[in-house]
Amino acid sequence: MNNMQTESMFGTKAESLLLMQKRARLSIFWKVIFIFATTVAVLFLLLLLVSVIDSIFGYAVIRNEVNISELISGTSSLDEFSRSQLEETARNNLSSGILRRVEYEKPITERSDRELRALIEQYIIKPSVLRSWGLWGSITKQDEIGAFMANQEDSYLIFKSWITPDFLTNDQSANPLNAGIRTALLGSLWIIAITFLLAFPIGVGSAIYLEEYAEDTKLNRMLQLNIFNLSAVPSIIYGLLGLAVFVRAMEGVTSGAFLTTVADTTANGRTILSGGLTLGLLVLPIIIINTQEALKGVPDSLRMSSYGVGATKWQTIWSQVLPVSFDRILTGTILALSRALGETAPLVVIGASTFISVDPSSIFSKFTTLPIQIYQWSARPQGSYRNIAAAAIIVLLILLLVLNSGAIYLRDKLAKKKRMAA
Amino acid sequence: MKVMQATEAERFEFLGKAEPDTKQEIITLEDVNIHYGSFHAVKDASLPIYEKQVTAFIGPSGCGKSTVLRSINRMNDMIRGATIDGKVLFHGHDLYAKDVDPVLIRRSIGMVFQKPNPFPKSIYENITWGAKINGFRGDYDELVETSLQKAALWDEVKDKLKQNALRLSGGQQQRLCIARTLAVQPEVILMDEPASALDPIATGRIEELILELKKYYTIVIVTHNMGQASRVSDHTAFFMVDEKRTGYLEEYAPTEQLFLNPAHKKTEEYISGKFG
Repeated sequence: MNNMQTESMFGTKAESLLLMQKRARLSIFWKVIFIFATTVAVLFLLLLLVSVIDSIFGYAVIRNEVNISELISGTSSLDEFSRSQLEETARNNLSSGILRRVEYEKPITERSDRELRALIEQYIIKPSVLRSWGLWGSITKQDEIGAFMANQEDSYLIFKSWITPDFLTNDQSANPLNAGIRTALLGSLWIIAITFLLAFPIGVGSAIYLEEYAEDTKLNRMLQLNIFNLSAVPSIIYGLLGLAVFVRAMEGVTSGAFLTTVADTTANGRTILSGGLTLGLLVLPIIIINTQEALKGVPDSLRMSSYGVGATKWQTIWSQVLPVSFDRILTGTILALSRALGETAPLVVIGASTFISVDPSSIFSKFTTLPIQIYQWSARPQGSYRNIAAAAIIVLLILLLVLNSGAIYLRDKLAKKKRMAA
Repeated sequence: MKVMQATEAERFEFLGKAEPDTKQEIITLEDVNIHYGSFHAVKDASLPIYEKQVTAFIGPSGCGKSTVLRSINRMNDMIRGATIDGKVLFHGHDLYAKDVDPVLIRRSIGMVFQKPNPFPKSIYENITWGAKINGFRGDYDELVETSLQKAALWDEVKDKLKQNALRLSGGQQQRLCIARTLAVQPEVILMDEPASALDPIATGRIEELILELKKYYTIVIVTHNMGQASRVSDHTAFFMVDEKRTGYLEEYAPTEQLFLNPAHKKTEEYISGKFG
């Protein structure tokens, strides 16, 4: 009886088998689709990385405005110069204006050999890139490179890595061979510090209020909805807000004019403080939402057990809820900060500098940041700017990688500590 | 049915229960009505709870027995939308009077939950934290030892007090939660199905512990296990749920009387397993 019923309701054995095969095929079909999607995503990411790496290595044709042998005959490299020769070359060949400025910044006798060589290269030899090839081009277009070199005089071919220690420590320069990202890197770090100082305490504080204290009222629901919406507002809008509020309306504060009577060169609101506050507002909703998620992850049973032994709300939050959720709050914050690190548009809107060679020294300094630098360089027509833009991208990516792995490391370490005996 | 009644009677004999009615009334519920938003969860619950006795709340799912339990130390305050009318008197004082701080109540009326929920800290800190925040000035080592001994856990954990409490077994965790509650020296301990997540052996140990603890503490226990209610409690309150899903108190009596001679038909049906 039972068997017959099964047969009538699920069909014959053969039919069952056929259906089984069909279901198995469908299941494999979807698996293939998902593998395909993952592959495409990975390929695009690889393509991005390859194209960046392709730009930072390769052949470059360089022409010196002044040949080294013209400075001291019989030499072919600045490394062969003695100390006195370096100083002499600098004094004799620098134009009087530049010499005065150089002596003013740091007397030639006090400069190291390495600094002097950089000085001579930048102001006297003045090498320039005639043409450059990427890594792929350097390998595949040997004929083209040979043909190009055949028509050149006074120039030489080198295989160059555009990312060098000097690239990290040099300041900006009109010549891509000498240009570095020190000011941009420092600017980015300053900005991130301000962003963190604004967004972390306020963000975590609001999240604690909304998650632990707020009643389920219409007003609070509306607040929550608005925070969600704010996190999706395009970053350029925050730039406009920053321009109107921090740069213009609060100029007296953000320019630092309220602290000093000396009208220095930065006496306007386009400072690190404005930039950091703007990005702070940008990541604030993200930090609030991330922190709320972290707090939601704390089981209510923990809160109840805390209240059960006579703890107040604050004691419960401080001693039970926060220790358990802190790793996730921190991770969420670091991820939000790495978003701020990559932001360009709002900083361009509030008027970040495009060319400064002075290191930011306080929150009232003018600034530029890595993404802005990359944007500026990649917009230039000369080919070799693209190479240094790629090199700067690598630096930015490494910085982001360090931040994100730092987040993961911290999370694992705190989670481990949580599991271990106290 | 006859056989089962006999065994129950024997159990009462074996446990040597004290005469319930000689005891002082420590908590009194008067016409307690509890709403969750617009939902009427419990209506007109009135019952006494006697000092240093075990009172069991039984009844089918959704009858509001846990809700009533939580109203005794104002845990319902934590639930959004929960409101209460009527009076819960503790030593004659209304716990819901305006000037009463629920934090103070919860120190005197501790709670043990259905799922063991120790703090994710060391065993030692699980005991000391509640005392610390309440301004304990005595010797912490001594507090930890006596609390764990009272909860019959000391011998099992005395060598690993620094270990994280979450590494204990479920039964040990629940006894740790009881020890943690004892450490703040409450008068009353509310237990919300304390053994329902435990295996029979761990359950047995919790039951033994309850019988031991009632020498010093007043205990109110919610349980789904009628055997448990009959084994550990002196008084039993049977809650029912009406057609609007509102819970109400169907019958309250000394445990022996309620199980052997229920006055209401519903009670008899429930304890004999006809529904619920």
